[in-house]
This record gives sequence, C-alpha cells and structure tokens, in this order.
Amino acid sequence: MSTETLNAKFIEMEGVAQTFKTKKGAFPALRDIHLTVAKGEFVTLIGHSGCGKSTLLNLIAGLTMPSEGHLLCANREIAGPGPERAVVFQNHSLLPWLTCFENVFLGVERVFGAASKSTGAASENKAQLMTRTDAALALVGLTAAAHKRPGEISGGMKQRVGIARALAMEPKVLLMDEPFGALDALTRAKLQDELLDIVARTQSTVVMVTHDVDEAVLLSDKIVMLTNGPAATVGEVLQVDLPRPRSRVALADSPAYLGYRKAVIDFLYTRQAHVEKVA
Amino acid sequence: MVSAVFHTPSAPGSPVVAALQGEAPVAINAAQVIARLETPSGFDWNSLLMAVLPPVLGLLLLTLIWSMVSMATAGSIPTPIDTAKQAIDIFSDPFYRKGPNDQGVGWNVLASLQRVGLGFGLAALVGIPAGFVIGRFEFMSRMFNPLISLMRPVSPLAWLPIGLLVFKGAHPAAIWTIFICSIWPMIINTAVGVQRVPQDYMNVARVLNLSEWKIVTKILFPSVLPYMLTGVRLAVGTAWLVIVAAEMLTGGVGIGFWVWDEWNNLNVKNIIIAIFVIGIVGLLLEHALIKIASAFTYEEVKS
Repeated sequence: MSTETLNAKFIEMEGVAQTFKTKKGAFPALRDIHLTVAKGEFVTLIGHSGCGKSTLLNLIAGLTMPSEGHLLCANREIAGPGPERAVVFQNHSLLPWLTCFENVFLGVERVFGAASKSTGAASENKAQLMTRTDAALALVGLTAAAHKRPGEISGGMKQRVGIARALAMEPKVLLMDEPFGALDALTRAKLQDELLDIVARTQSTVVMVTHDVDEAVLLSDKIVMLTNGPAATVGEVLQVDLPRPRSRVALADSPAYLGYRKAVIDFLYTRQAHVEKVA
Repeated sequence: MVSAVFHTPSAPGSPVVAALQGEAPVAINAAQVIARLETPSGFDWNSLLMAVLPPVLGLLLLTLIWSMVSMATAGSIPTPIDTAKQAIDIFSDPFYRKGPNDQGVGWNVLASLQRVGLGFGLAALVGIPAGFVIGRFEFMSRMFNPLISLMRPVSPLAWLPIGLLVFKGAHPAAIWTIFICSIWPMIINTAVGVQRVPQDYMNVARVLNLSEWKIVTKILFPSVLPYMLTGVRLAVGTAWLVIVAAEMLTGGVGIGFWVWDEWNNLNVKNIIIAIFVIGIVGLLLEHALIKIASAFTYEEVKS
C-alpha cells in the first residue's frame, strides 16, 4: 500500500459490530461500522447518549475487541491497547497518589525509557525522560502545578494533565472520550481552544467522542454522526471545511459554521430524535 | 464475596466484632462520640462548650450509675472514689514483679500487647498476601470463599483447644487464637480492595502498557492500601477483644489473666480498673490506626 493510501486510511474500520452479553441476552451495541480516519485528521463521534460512541472509541483503543469486523491502525490489526493509541479518559483517571508529574512520567517512562524494548527505539536516560514530561506539562500550561497531586487541582487542570499524559507518549492517535464533558462551559471553551492549538502544533490524529454540537463543529475535520442505539451505526459523515486556525468568536456568526451546526442539529433532533425508552 | 467494606471509622463492626462487642461497648461508643465532636471550629466559646460539656456529662452519668449500683449492691461493687484511690495506688508502681502470678499492671498490659502483636503480625503476613491472591483471581476467590464463610463466624475461642493441642503450650495457643481472629478481616478487606480497584485505573495501565510490577506498585497497592488498613484496624480491634478472654482461659501474665486472678481474689476494684485499662488501650490502638489509614487515603478513594 502506498504511503498516500495509508495516510488517507490511517485508521480503518470494516464491518465492525459489537454485541455485549448481558443477563437478559445479547445486546447489540454497534453494527456494520465502516469508517476511515486520515492521518492528522480530527474526527468527532457524536450521537445521543447510549448510542455506542464510547464503545466505538474503546474498540479503537483496543480496550475491547469487536464481535465482528476488523479495525486497522497504520495497516495493522488493533489487537489490544497500547501507548500508540493514547486515551484521554472522560473522568481524567489520574492516579490520585501520584503528582501530576509522576502521572505523566509513568507513560513517558514506559514508552521512551529502558523498559520499552518493544518499540525498538534507543532508550532514553532519566534526564531526557524528565525533560519530555516537563515539556508535556508545559504544553498544557501546567508547569507550576507539576508537583501537586490531582486532589489539589481543579477539574480543568486534571483534564489537562490527562491530555499531557496522552500527548507525552507521542501517540499515533489521540483518543478522547468526552474529555470536557464534566467541565463548566467557560473552562470547556478554554480547553477546546488549547486543544485546537496543541493539535495544530503536534499534527495529531484525533478521534474524540462528544455530545456537544458546537464542540464538534469547532474542532473537527469530520463529524461522524451515529444513529440511536441499540445496534447503532454511522448515520451520516459530515466534512467540516472551515479554514484553520479557527476562532470561536469569528465563527459564531459565520454562515458556513452555522450551516454545519444546523446539519448536525437536524440529524440529532429531527432524524434521530431521541425517544425515551419506556423501561 | 463479602457483605460489606468497613471503611469509615464509624462503620459497624464485622459480625465477629459485633458478637464480641458486648465486652467493651464503653470504649467503642466513646470513640465514636469523640470522633463526632472533633469537627473543626473557630475559637468561639459555644463550640468549645459543645466539645467539652457532653463528654464530661457522659462521664458523670457513668459515675452516677456506678455509684447507684454500688449502693444497691451494698458495697460489693466498690464506689468510684474507692476505685480511684486504688487506681492511683496501682499506677504509682505499674512495673513491679513479685513472682509469676503477681506482677504490675504495666507488665500485664505489655504481655497482652505482645501476644496481640505476634498473633496479629503473623495473621497480617498470611492474610494480606492471601487477600491479594483471592481478590485478583476469580478461581481463588471461588475456592476460598466457602471456607472463609464457614470459619469466620466461629468464635476464635473455639480454636483455643486446637491451639493447645497442636502447640502444647498456653502462650502459643493464645497467639494462635489471636492469629485466627485477626486473619479474616484482613483477608476479606484486602480482597475487596483488590476487587474494587477502579476499572479506569486498570484501563490506564492497559493503555500505558505498564509492566506487572508497575501495575502492582503504582496502581494495585496504593488503591488497596486504605481497604487493607481498614482490615488491619478491624483485626487489631478484634484481637484486643479476644486476648482478654483467651488469657482468662490460658493464664500466665496478661491483662485478661489479671482480671480473672483478681476475681479469684475477689478484688473487684482491680477488675474495674482493668476494664478501664482495656478500654483505654483499645481506644488508643483504634485511634492510632485511624490516623494511619487517613494518611494513606486519597481523594478518589475517600469519597
């Protein structure tokens, strides 16, 4: 396969389905997912709660295995989780007994330290690993809080440490599961702007789960809209061709932005209007 | 696998503890009352009064009931004042030795603490690793749960004859009894702690591809530690309850033996003093362990 096709199909999902075994029998969460993510692309997965967005992200992360179909990353079957597909978890998942620095260092050490024989790269010494950790924390603007424990910093800062931990491993893909979902609107906006900036600098490939329409349009190159579960699948894929760098203030009254926004809202609230299930 | 995790200081004790609590209810209730009153406050007199007055009233109430019982029994239960005088006498020389059956209260307490320490220490050496294994592997948990469920409700004193037979001595048999009673809370709490390590942390470990060693040292151990310390605290509490009864049966030097010896001498004042000593030592042990536990409990686990 040529580099060009590989770049266009950096992550590839073919006929992916996921069925969970529950006490009430098999529960089909996802079916028939066909999707590609290009290298350097920012893709968001959007849909109503319970539609399987996070399930799909966990499949890409390799935390769970699909019941059917194949997932490829850089032309290799995704067989399990690994640092090349770093995850920013919804609830930050920092280890509360380690400082921010130590939390980030844990991943850095594994990927670039002596323990990383698998990657084949020359292992770095402790000073280099610490420089990497410092750089990652600086990238998210947390140098000052490096030696605080997660319990001593705000929710937004914790999420930034989570992002730093993921980015510090220099992943091929950054997977984010509603990373800003638990934050207040102002903090969320600030972190979105920072993320735009970081992604522009690092040229990362990002797959992000969100339920926020504005967040999806502002950040994405491509919005993947999922139908309602159970047995959710890709309902529509929307290319967002807004020029970068993007500014939320300038976009607020841009007709193109509003058009994309309208398209997503139409999908979510007209075609996939959420029907509350009667239990 | 287990009915409950005994995590907060005021959580009710395990069935074992509950069954034995009758022996020292005063100490345990007092600990809870004090814990509740220790809320941080400014220097206003009102809260100082709230902190001092109720416990003092509680002690006065106890003394009042005690005096009434003393009067009702026509002095066969000594009055508080007589007992206090005797206590001053005893504590003025706690470390005397006048033969194997007549030693100061200090030696008796130390002998009991030594047995508890030994039995409990051995139980920790066995119980905590066993808890890790049972918590980590479902097979082991299914294998040992029925055994634990069967053994745990048995009064540790029922094991005393077995200990006497196997170890052929009163001292090791008492330690064996302590071992048996303190191993269950440690196994169970450690196992529950391992089973309750948040899945998120394990996912982090998988994404970061951490080595087994890093998983144990950086994730499993720190998140299990608070549960483990709760097990330790319950174990020490139970051990302290059991040692008194065990020593009554085995004799030798020890606070339990002392109580029994004074009963044979019909020295009721000393028995009452012993009850207070047992209560105060138990209270101190409990508080020290709560302090240690809260030092190792972090934000996420606390909530």
